[in-house]
Amino acid sequence: MRLKCPVCGERDRREFYYVGDAVALARPDPDAGEAAWDDYVHNRDNPAGVTRDLWQHEAGCAAWIVVTRNTVSHEILETALAADVKRAMS
Amino acid sequence: MRFSALRILKEGLTGNKGWGAHWRDPEPKAEYDAIIIGGGGHGLSTAYYLAKNHGLTNIAVLEKGYIGGGNVGRNTTIVRANYFLNGNSEFYSHSLKLWEGLEEDLNYNVMHSQRGLINLFHSDGQRDAFVRRGNAMVNQGDDAVLLDREGVRKHLPYLDFDNVRFPIYGGLLHPRGGTARHDAVAWGFARGADMRGVDIIQNCEVTGIDIENGAVKGVQTTRGAIKTKKIGMTVAGRSGQVAAMAGMRLPIESHVLQAFVTEGLKPVIDHVISFGMGHFYISQSDKGGLVFGGDLDFYASYASRGNLPMKEHVMEAGMTLMPMIGEAKVLRSWGGIMDMTPDGSPIIDKSHIDGLYINAGWCYGGFKAVPGSGSVFSHLIATDQHHSEATGFRLDRFRTGVGLMDEEGTGSQHNLH
Repeated sequence: MRLKCPVCGERDRREFYYVGDAVALARPDPDAGEAAWDDYVHNRDNPAGVTRDLWQHEAGCAAWIVVTRNTVSHEILETALAADVKRAMS
Repeated sequence: MRFSALRILKEGLTGNKGWGAHWRDPEPKAEYDAIIIGGGGHGLSTAYYLAKNHGLTNIAVLEKGYIGGGNVGRNTTIVRANYFLNGNSEFYSHSLKLWEGLEEDLNYNVMHSQRGLINLFHSDGQRDAFVRRGNAMVNQGDDAVLLDREGVRKHLPYLDFDNVRFPIYGGLLHPRGGTARHDAVAWGFARGADMRGVDIIQNCEVTGIDIENGAVKGVQTTRGAIKTKKIGMTVAGRSGQVAAMAGMRLPIESHVLQAFVTEGLKPVIDHVISFGMGHFYISQSDKGGLVFGGDLDFYASYASRGNLPMKEHVMEAGMTLMPMIGEAKVLRSWGGIMDMTPDGSPIIDKSHIDGLYINAGWCYGGFKAVPGSGSVFSHLIATDQHHSEATGFRLDRFRTGVGLMDEEGTGSQHNLH
């Protein structure tokens, strides 16, 4: 599996650290309540199909990257800088 | 049909014409007292113990594929009870005891072989950790023997003891640990459940769960609707999808774990061995293949196959530990889908929906738990009470932070186990 870092280009999977589902893009407010925080920290949609997760180009430029990919076929559909994705959401 | 030596002799003399199917292939009924979703090891053993221990026989196991075709046939077949934490420790101890009587109980040869499991250590700190674990195992009533370097050498003379980077200091021997033939375990439980009246329905995928006023009413399947008031969910690997049918999100992320087998070789590895540096464990099947594996690929996946970096890592770890296996040719590799929870321990609990029971989150340790899981989950379904040996696998432990069972001590967070 190769991931395309928006800064460095296509690189081996081993250069990246996997964090998990890109929930951090929608972090609840500090006072959102226990249920919202439990959901954010623990519960996952865990889709068999297209998912969006967060990786870091640890052995490269260290950028945080949102990877849209298919969990069934391992196909990489899209990669973007997490900072850009977050900015577009607000 | 009971299996016995006499029966084999009789069949041998009469052309082996009397062996029938090991279980029926029934049409689903319109209604059952309970339905188990998922005909893997856990689902089949749950059905078996529901019938055997609780007298519930009007039940069905719904399997979307075929019996033995899922994770129960994809693991590396290791059976052990060497857990450290309360909650896990008594449960796996309970499960190992059931394993020890399983073949007689099922009247089925599951080839359970207590060949001994040796976890190697490579530093003083690791030795201390294993002494502590060994004491916990002994206190639980199970067996653990601390081996020094020479003690390990007696059992495993072929290891690279003087590896420059990871010399072997010793090992923790768990004599009652071993392996079993995984698909025979599924077949044995399927046959045992079927003989007690359980309907095992293959090629029947659940497509929806009917819930009214917070209570289970039935399921929708590819073979029609079936009514029931109790559903046991045993679909580890796919728990997220099935829970979503009940409108639930679980603290589970599915990952792929790879395994490997070599060509058949003459007997060379008598035990189950795990390397203490780098993730690698190995045993030899009765057919002769070296069965080995390592760590998760570490990204969410339902692909049932992994990527090359983890293959390379596993091979490197194997070569570091026992350079002799470099001569063996790898025949196959594959991946199984693991329900990974934040703390690396499973969930056996009721849900907030009346009649929906959850058995999930087995991470990479489900196979050895098959009899224990069925025994305690059937108890929960039948009595609505947690079994005394499985009180710790609560779903709410993640929300409350009470009773987390983080066996590795790395933290209760996704992606750390």
